[in-house]
Amino acid sequence: MVQIQRSPQVHDVVVIGSGAGGGTAVKVLTDLGINVTLLEAGPMLNPQKDFKEHLLPHQVDHRGAGEHAEKYFGRQQWGFFEAPNGFWEVPGEPYTVAKDADFRWFRSRILGGRTNHYGRISLRFSDYDFKPYSFDGLGTDWPISYEDMAPYYDKAEEFIGVTGTKEGIRTAPDGVFLPPIAPRVHEILIQKASRKLGIPCIPSRMAMLTKSVHGRAACHYCGQCGRGCKTASAFSSSQAMIFPAMKTGKLTVITGAMARELLTDDAGKVRAVSYVDKATRTDKEIRCRAVVVAASACESARLLLNSKSTKFPNGIANSSAMVGRNLTDTVGYGLSGQIPALEGVPRHNSDGIGGMHVYMPWWELDKKNKDFPRGYHIEIGGGFGIPQIGSFHGEAARLEGYGASLKKDIRQNYGSYIGLSGRGDMIPNEHSFCEIDPQQVDQWGIPTLRFHFRWSEHEIKQAQHMRDTFQNIIQAMGGKVMGLNHPEREARGVSVGGTIIHEAGTVCMGSDPKKSVLNAYCQAHEVNNLFVCDAAPFLTNPDKNVTLTIVANAWRTSEHLAEEMRKGNV
Amino acid sequence: MSNFDVSRRDLLRTLGSSMVLTASGVGVLSPALAQHVHQAVSDTKSMSGGADYQPKSLTPHEFATLRRLSDIIVPADDHSKGALDAGAAEYIDFMCSRSPELAQIFTGGLAWIDVDMKRKHDAAFLDAKPEQQTALLDVIAFKKNETPETAPGIHFFMWARNVVVDAYYTSPVGIADLGFMGNMVLSSFSVPQEAIDYAVKRSPLA
Repeated sequence: MVQIQRSPQVHDVVVIGSGAGGGTAVKVLTDLGINVTLLEAGPMLNPQKDFKEHLLPHQVDHRGAGEHAEKYFGRQQWGFFEAPNGFWEVPGEPYTVAKDADFRWFRSRILGGRTNHYGRISLRFSDYDFKPYSFDGLGTDWPISYEDMAPYYDKAEEFIGVTGTKEGIRTAPDGVFLPPIAPRVHEILIQKASRKLGIPCIPSRMAMLTKSVHGRAACHYCGQCGRGCKTASAFSSSQAMIFPAMKTGKLTVITGAMARELLTDDAGKVRAVSYVDKATRTDKEIRCRAVVVAASACESARLLLNSKSTKFPNGIANSSAMVGRNLTDTVGYGLSGQIPALEGVPRHNSDGIGGMHVYMPWWELDKKNKDFPRGYHIEIGGGFGIPQIGSFHGEAARLEGYGASLKKDIRQNYGSYIGLSGRGDMIPNEHSFCEIDPQQVDQWGIPTLRFHFRWSEHEIKQAQHMRDTFQNIIQAMGGKVMGLNHPEREARGVSVGGTIIHEAGTVCMGSDPKKSVLNAYCQAHEVNNLFVCDAAPFLTNPDKNVTLTIVANAWRTSEHLAEEMRKGNV
Repeated sequence: MSNFDVSRRDLLRTLGSSMVLTASGVGVLSPALAQHVHQAVSDTKSMSGGADYQPKSLTPHEFATLRRLSDIIVPADDHSKGALDAGAAEYIDFMCSRSPELAQIFTGGLAWIDVDMKRKHDAAFLDAKPEQQTALLDVIAFKKNETPETAPGIHFFMWARNVVVDAYYTSPVGIADLGFMGNMVLSSFSVPQEAIDYAVKRSPLA
C-alpha cells in the first residue's frame, strides 16, 4: 500500500457532496463564518463551457445525436445538450440489484450534482407528510413537524427563488413566492378540463426567477433549464451557493475526491475523512472537527456502511442497523395524449420557464373509501418543443408512409401533444433497502451497493388511479390517449424504482436511537460530529419532489451545527 | 449556395410572422431572432455542402441514392423546402463516418433497395423511374406489408425515415417548416390571445 497523504491541518467542517444538501450546508456555514472544505467526486463545473442552453441542434455536426450516434442506440439518456450531470451507469462504479427486484440508481458526478439540470419543481411537504403515522397509521412520524420546518422553507424559497401563488390548499402549503408565469395554450385547456373534473390546477412552483433575486438575473425564458442555465436564473447549488461561497475565502473545494470512509477516534467521533484523489489514484485523509454527509441518499448510506471500526462493526452510527433501510422513490406514471383542438395553433414562442407553468396538487386527501393512502400531484408537458434528434420518431412510426403527406401531418400535429405525469407518495416498506454487496468493489476498491426494491399495493393502486385520471383529462379535452410517456420504464403500470430519481430515507431521522440513525437535527445519535443533509434523513417520500425540503432541512441542520460549534459541543 | 438563399427567405418569413405576434403581445425579440436567423443561415452553408460535397463514409453511388431517398421522404412542397435543402444526406453520411453501427444499417439498407429494384425492374434504385421508386416505398414504408421478403426493407426504411426526419426538422429549413420560434432570449413571457382563442374554440371546453 502506498503512503496515505494526511493533512496536518484540522478543517472546521468537511462537507461531502455538492448538490442541494451539500450546497446549502456550504452556503449557510460559510455565511456564519465557518471554514468549510467541500469534497465533490466529480469535476469542477464551468457553466460558460458546460451549459449549451442556446444552441440549436444544427449548430453541432452531430445535431445532438452524440459524437458516435449514441442517441440512436440508446446509449445516451439525457442527450448531448443536457447539463453534464450523470447517468444510470457510472464507468468503474457499479452497483447490483437483488434477483427479485428492479431498481436503477442515478448518480451525478459534477459540482452542483443534479441541481444543474433538475426539474426545479419546488413543493413544500404538508403537515401530514411529517406525521404520516399519526395521519393514517402508515410509516413513521418525523421527530419534527411542519411548524419546525416552515421558517426554513421560508428561507429556502426566499433564497433560491420559487414561483407560485397563495392557494390555501392543504396538500400544497403556500410559501414565499415570486410572481407566477402565464399558462401556455395547452395548459389553459388542461386547466379547463381539470376544473370540469373537480381537480385544482394552479400556477406551478418552480425555482426559476421571474424576478431578479440575490444578484441572479431574472429568467430570459429560453425554456432550456434542463441544459443548465448560464445566467443562474434557474437555481443550481453550484451557481447560487457554491461559487459565491468560494469568493468569501471561507470555502475550499476539492473536486475529483471520492469519499472512501469516515475515520473515527477512540471516543467514536469522526476525526478524518478518507478519500480517493481520482486524478492521481491516491488515498488522502483530511482531518476535521465535524463532517456533513450529503452525497445523495444511497451514496450517503454507502459511505456510513463502509465506515467500519471496532466501535461500529456495522458501519458508523449504525447500531440501530437502520442505515440503508426505508429506501423510497417517488411513484411515477405518465400518459401522453394528442389533442385535435391544438392542431394548427397559430405559431408562437411557448418556451417560458423550462417545465410546466401550472400543475395539479392532490385533490382527494379527504375522500373516504379510496383504495390507496395519500396521493400524487400531476405534472404537465406540451407546447412547441425545440425540434431535436428523436423528437418525431414516435410521430413517424405512428403516421408511417413518406412524402408530402407525412410532412404535412407532422406540421399539423406539432404542438398538439400533451404529457401528464403522476408523482406520488411511496410508503416505506421492509422490502426496499440498500446494503453493501459482499462481493463487489468499485474501481477505487470501495465496496458497492446492492439494492432491494418492491412497490406495495398502495403504490400500484395509486398508479392505476393516475392512469384513469389522465385518460379522463385527455378525453375531457377532446383528445386521444396515445400511450405511455416512458414505455421503457413504466410498461408494468408503475415506474421502475429509482427512475424518478427521488431516492430518500436511507439514513433516517427519529427520536429513538434504537430505531433511527439521526436525531431531529440530522446529527447522528451515536456520533455527535456527524451530520447528514441530503434526502437520506427523510421518513416520508411524499407527492412533493424532495429538493426544496433537502434545502430547507440542510439549512436547519447547518444552523444547528454552527450553534453547536459555537457552544463548543462539537 | 442557392439552398442558402432559399432557407434565408424561409427564416425571414418566420421572422415576419413572429413580429406580427410581437405586436399582439409576445415579448420583444427581434434583435435576438435576427441573430438567430443570421446564425442559422450561416450554419446552413457549412451543413449542406451542395454539389461539391465529398461523402465521408458512403460511396458516391450510396450517397446519391440516399439523397434521392431523402428527397422522397421529405420533399420540397409549396409550404417549404425539403430534405435536400436540409442537408439530410450529408448529415447521415457524417453520422455514418462516426458510427460503424449506423454505417452498416445505411449501407446495408441502400444495397437492399438496389437489389430489390434490380430484381423487379433491372435497374438500381437511383436509375429506376420515379413511379417505380415510390412503388417500392409504398411497400416498405408500412409495417402491415411485412413478409419474410420485405422485412429487411421495412426495417431499413424505419431507420431511414427516422434519421431523415431528424435531419430535416433539426435544420433551419425544417425549423421554418414547423414554425418553431423558441430558444430565444426574451425580456418577458406571454401567450398570444389569438392562439388561446383558436384552441379553446375548437375544444369541447369552450
